Amino acid sequence: MPVSTRQFDIRKQPGFTLIAVACFLLLYLPIILLVVYSFNAGKSIAIWEGFSLQWYESAWQNKAIQDAAIRSLILACCASAIATVAAVMAALATTRTAAFKGSSFVFAIINQPLMVPEIVTAVALLLFFAIIKVATGYTGMWYLIIAHSAFCIPFAYMPIRARLQGMDFSLEQAGADLYGKPSRVFWRITFPQLWPGILAGAMLAFVISLDDVVITEFVKSAGQDTLPTYMLGQLRRIVTPEVNAISTVLLGISVLLVAGFFFLSKIRK
Amino acid sequence: MIEISNITQTFGKGRDAFTALRDVSLTIRENEFFTLLGPSGCGKTTLLRSIAGFVYPTAGTIKLQGEDLLTLPPYSRPVNTVFQSYALFPHMTVAQNIAFGLEMLNQPGAQVKSSVNEMLALVQMTDMADRKTSQISGGQQQRVALARALAPKPKVLLLDEPLSALDFKLRKEMQIELKRLQTETGITFVFVTHDQEEALTMSDRIAVMNEGRILQIDAPRAIYDHPAERFVADFIGETNFLEVDVLSVEADDATIKLTSGATTTARRADTNSATGQATIAVRPEHATLSDDASALLRGTLEDVIYSGTDTHYHIRLQDNCRFVVRKQNHPGTMEAHTVGHQAGVFFDRGVAQILRD
Amino acid sequence: MAAQAERRWLLLSPALLILTFAASGPLLIVLVYSFLEAGDYGGVKWVFTTDAWFNVVAERDFFDETIKIADAHVSIFWRSVKLSLMTAVAAFIIGFPTAYFIATRAEKSRDLWMLLIIIPFWTNLLIRTFAVMEIIRNEGVINTLLIKFGIIEAPIQILFTEFAIMLGMVYVYLPLMVLPIYASMERLDFTLVEAAYDLYGTRMRVLRRVIFPLVKPGVIAGSILVFVPSLGAYVTPRVLGGGKQLMLGNLIELQFGQGRNWPLGAALSITLLAIVMIALMFYVRVARLEEPQHGQ
Repeated sequence: MPVSTRQFDIRKQPGFTLIAVACFLLLYLPIILLVVYSFNAGKSIAIWEGFSLQWYESAWQNKAIQDAAIRSLILACCASAIATVAAVMAALATTRTAAFKGSSFVFAIINQPLMVPEIVTAVALLLFFAIIKVATGYTGMWYLIIAHSAFCIPFAYMPIRARLQGMDFSLEQAGADLYGKPSRVFWRITFPQLWPGILAGAMLAFVISLDDVVITEFVKSAGQDTLPTYMLGQLRRIVTPEVNAISTVLLGISVLLVAGFFFLSKIRK
Repeated sequence: MIEISNITQTFGKGRDAFTALRDVSLTIRENEFFTLLGPSGCGKTTLLRSIAGFVYPTAGTIKLQGEDLLTLPPYSRPVNTVFQSYALFPHMTVAQNIAFGLEMLNQPGAQVKSSVNEMLALVQMTDMADRKTSQISGGQQQRVALARALAPKPKVLLLDEPLSALDFKLRKEMQIELKRLQTETGITFVFVTHDQEEALTMSDRIAVMNEGRILQIDAPRAIYDHPAERFVADFIGETNFLEVDVLSVEADDATIKLTSGATTTARRADTNSATGQATIAVRPEHATLSDDASALLRGTLEDVIYSGTDTHYHIRLQDNCRFVVRKQNHPGTMEAHTVGHQAGVFFDRGVAQILRD
Repeated sequence: MAAQAERRWLLLSPALLILTFAASGPLLIVLVYSFLEAGDYGGVKWVFTTDAWFNVVAERDFFDETIKIADAHVSIFWRSVKLSLMTAVAAFIIGFPTAYFIATRAEKSRDLWMLLIIIPFWTNLLIRTFAVMEIIRNEGVINTLLIKFGIIEAPIQILFTEFAIMLGMVYVYLPLMVLPIYASMERLDFTLVEAAYDLYGTRMRVLRRVIFPLVKPGVIAGSILVFVPSLGAYVTPRVLGGGKQLMLGNLIELQFGQGRNWPLGAALSITLLAIVMIALMFYVRVARLEEPQHGQ
């Protein structure tokens, strides 16, 4: 059916589409340029001198980058695993019952990392862990793992809780009614329907841990650089497209995980 | 079989507190089709869920064959529920759903299999065993939910408005089906509904509830013919209410004087009710139009409403009250009553029911 | 009943333990440290003093002991608040039409448009800041192009200015503005807009009198969501301000680095936290007030 162009469109507001297009350009242009110039043969970040993978090669062979990448991955895996398990348990405890005594306190604690500025938490952890480091002499990775687990919890908690709330509670009641003990009901009824939420939460936690700069910068001991803190350190010197290459890889991982998260949360309940 | 004593259920605290059940006591017998009937929010579902174990009463006890149910978690209670939403596990097939309870009871595989087949046959769903629950119709889901709850052979089956999601015709079929299943299995059914007709059709006994209280427990016929309270009379079927003067009482009966001055005999709900002012209930189909001197009440015919199976006559009585008479239609008969003319009303002795205050 | 409560706390315990140990609990230590005396080479001496709090806004002259306002700190506070407010306003100007644009797309494509907004948000903040830096620096795309076309002769200094910081913050926090506005707009009943046009509203007036009031809760949420992290921003001002244009986050970090004044850093952290909490409380109040209007 042909639509007359003069038909009045109630949804139209003059200029809004233009601003929206500009907004999307603004969001993506810098990232795209960064990705494109990571393949630049020359050192410039504005003049294209031909396609080359040299910056990826040199990043790949850089021992410091290798170490930081491995550390980032281990950290993100450990932290997202711990945070996801804790978040699943917390979500089960907070969605399947009526409001309970202390529930607002529990929500405040869980969401605290979302509300308190990162720099404040970073300072707090610096002071706290400094005391523990002096007392125990331990300077290993666990400080980072625990710190990352903590701020990943609310991110893992959100999608899991959302999915649990969307699930029909009478299914679990039916499970209990049919003689299923709580643990069996969880694995036979809840988990098969909750897993997209759990996976989504784990992916989100992974991305958050992988991307963290501020808290890691304050908590890490000497020689514990992750990729982001390594890159922050590099910014003081002359920026090389090597950093662009690392950025592009990290961006790729994030985009994949976020897109995956997005489609997971669309899986029908 | 089930003894419910002095159950009170309060949700929330302080200003938000809501009392769903107030000091409810009742006994459900072995092999009985027992119905909890009432409007939404009357506490019937709460009572059912406290038997199942999903809500914990604030006070009172529930015993099943002498055993205290309230100390047991839901998964240890020998009762099963058919949920209003059916609550079929969407990630399992029909057969897997039915097998679930048996597996949870750790029954051996072969026995589970034969029980599932038996149940599938019982609800006529054998062909659908391997379908996902999302691939079958509403009526079929209803049957699976029933089979799943019956499979572990519970002592009591709890049904929470299980027919409310079905369309009219299917609902009629399932009413008969449910009654058949109950007779065949011999299991005690506790059925919750807000549909009076459903309750009257299927039940051995009905408990009528309102605002967290039980108003009357009786067989369907007794509930309909002899409602004890105004709410019961009003909620189930249509009723005419009349203010009367009770002249004298004897056993179950009482002599009453109507506002027109005529006297007749009425049934008493409470044998301890006294003489004096009272309200009586008369069902429209228990009264007839009468033009002769025997009429108990007189007035003007205001409306004649035809409704297929019967015709309703609305009469404005002399004391300005309205009274409805219902008469079944027969082919070939045309009523000679004309709107605006005088009309009299008659009902037999013992038809009127004196209501509790 | 008791068993249920016990199970609940058992399930909650891992999350609560981790969060108390590595998020909430340490905040108390910050509060304690803000009342201690600074150690000579970082760290603290366990002596009670309110010096750190005094130093947040004032300073004592080294020679004649006169007290005057700490200009450096006050200007950094002022810059933080100013830039954060400007960031919120700029994000609103861009974000509101964008949310409206997405909300008026066909239902199927809306999710994909939103995905386009969400993806940058979940990608590394450092990398995104870094991408902005590459564009605006003297050797960056903008200056290179402008010089090439002969519009300017020497590169314009954009990097390491307040404007650069604001630009970067708008860029990194823009999705936080679009998300809540879109959430409100998606629920907007367009028959109300039709009714407004039917009652002789012009486009501008329908926007101002009908659409905007209905999505106001989303706008407030978005503004707070942008304002709060901007105020505590650390990475963006560090990279784009180049250590010349400090914001609160950088001032705090300085006390634990070169400054070696842990108590002052702690006091500044608590101050920042307090400002953020006030903003959040304000938001909760406004959101509660707006709620009934939005009931269905």
